[in-house]
Amino acid sequence: MNPFQYQRATSPDEAVHAVSVRGAKFLGGGTNLVDLMKYNVEHPSTLIDVTHVGFDQIATTGTTTIVGAGVRNSDLANHEAIRTNYPLLSQALLSGASPQLRNMATTGGNLMQRTRCYYFMDTAFPACNKRTPGSGCAAIKGFNRIHAILGARGGSEGHTECIATNPSDMSVALAALNATIHVTGPKGKRIIPITDFHRLPGDTPNIDTNLKSDELITAVELPAPKFAKHSYYLKVRDRQSYAFALVSVAAGLEINGNTIRSAGLALGGVAHKPWHSSDAEKSLIGATASSDAFRRAADLAVAGAVPREHNAFKIELAKQSIVRAFTLAAQGVQA
Amino acid sequence: MSPASCTDSLLDLEESLNETPDHPSTPAEIELSRRTFIKTTGFLTAAVATGLPHLADAQDGQTLAITTPQMAQLTLKVNGTSKALTLDTRTSLLDALREHLQLTGSKKGCDHGQCGACTILVDGRRINSCLTLAVTAEGAEITTIEGLAKGDELHPVQASFLEHDGFQCGYCTPGQICSAVALLQEHKHNTLSTVSFETGSTAHPELTDNEIRERMSGNICRCGAYPNIVAAVRHAAKGVRA
Repeated sequence: MNPFQYQRATSPDEAVHAVSVRGAKFLGGGTNLVDLMKYNVEHPSTLIDVTHVGFDQIATTGTTTIVGAGVRNSDLANHEAIRTNYPLLSQALLSGASPQLRNMATTGGNLMQRTRCYYFMDTAFPACNKRTPGSGCAAIKGFNRIHAILGARGGSEGHTECIATNPSDMSVALAALNATIHVTGPKGKRIIPITDFHRLPGDTPNIDTNLKSDELITAVELPAPKFAKHSYYLKVRDRQSYAFALVSVAAGLEINGNTIRSAGLALGGVAHKPWHSSDAEKSLIGATASSDAFRRAADLAVAGAVPREHNAFKIELAKQSIVRAFTLAAQGVQA
Repeated sequence: MSPASCTDSLLDLEESLNETPDHPSTPAEIELSRRTFIKTTGFLTAAVATGLPHLADAQDGQTLAITTPQMAQLTLKVNGTSKALTLDTRTSLLDALREHLQLTGSKKGCDHGQCGACTILVDGRRINSCLTLAVTAEGAEITTIEGLAKGDELHPVQASFLEHDGFQCGYCTPGQICSAVALLQEHKHNTLSTVSFETGSTAHPELTDNEIRERMSGNICRCGAYPNIVAAVRHAAKGVRA
């Protein structure tokens, strides 16, 4: 690990000012950043600790709920307002990592966590366009069982290709819930829809999000709850606990009688960002909650998927997982 | 690591070598000198590592890293006792405990937050001390395995692990026990796990064996003592100390 300076910020303004130092990064719970520093993947000059800036509240105003960026994952998952109104978010959070890590990890940090692509995390592999732009992608011809099937960058563009996936469970639920991200920076505040927060690799797979390097996440805003009674987060993985998703599905339904009024759907483990499918969601509006409707939505959600040598199974797995998640959501399993 | 403490460590080493009996009489004495030796060598290794020139890490040619170790003065409050320390900012809380405060109960397994051997309590919450930078823990109440017992009276979870033989080699045990202590507190506060959602028990989840397994999943046991660990936690849950 390279040496770094440590600074504990006591206000958002102080934090934003401090991060203007070249090579400085914000530090939340450190569960990913410190790990990557140990692997020599990240080498910040300064860490600005933002866990003491006062963003540790969850507040409900009217129908929306604002979650401070410093709220720890375990506190968010177990907060009464979240359990009652956004059980999908609770379930997704509790599907990730371990109790210890969830006690450390922050809401803002979870949004910023980086891929667990083996080739990205191991500097013994020189080729990684995410870690070293232009160096190539070791995963494309490597062991790519955990990698992306949607929105990836492959083919002839060797200097930009990237098939990494976003590892977050929380972000998948936030995408299905249509959350927005509040950020602040030297040029003021702005609000970014969750689906625009993370990026597809495009020509710059080294950049994970649309957050600027001098911007600080202050909060996550959850819109009026629609899926409190009918939601399910289904995480499919090699190990039952404490493992990243091969495929995960955040499914929410707003049901009147047996008719779907609205739906939320996002997938994890399949793309460089939480894979949100508006087409699939729209296809469910007005439909009867049934496996036929869920299968149609699943086909739409996974349309255009491109398998790699070791991950073709993810396409069918994703479809079946979508059907199962919606079926469980419709049953109101968590009631 | 200052030169003074390095010298101290060398003296400790000499002392421990001198104290080593020519004919070891009891297993306890052998064990004691082995521990002293390991602690002392830990000091030496740390001192040598600090003395190394900075390793070039500019594989991508973009590094913005600084090359001189950055020292920070801080106070850590561990098991009720505050200690002032001067540490390289890179020092993990685990290394601060083990190498600087000689609290070697917390164990280093993977050092990457994947095994739970380093689990301790910070402000009553279980965390991985290997991924916690020591500088971030200033001002917090830190409790390690050494701080759970009240004198000679074991914490109920410690007693339960003994009673149920919840270990084989024992290396993961301090982390398992700290984790279980926090688990019981969390359950008293009616927290959920993914199992609660799978079983539909999201109002007041009971601490079933499946719940215990899920809630202990952040602690790996390579010996596979899981059945007895679950039994120990199940038993401790019935009589948890308030």
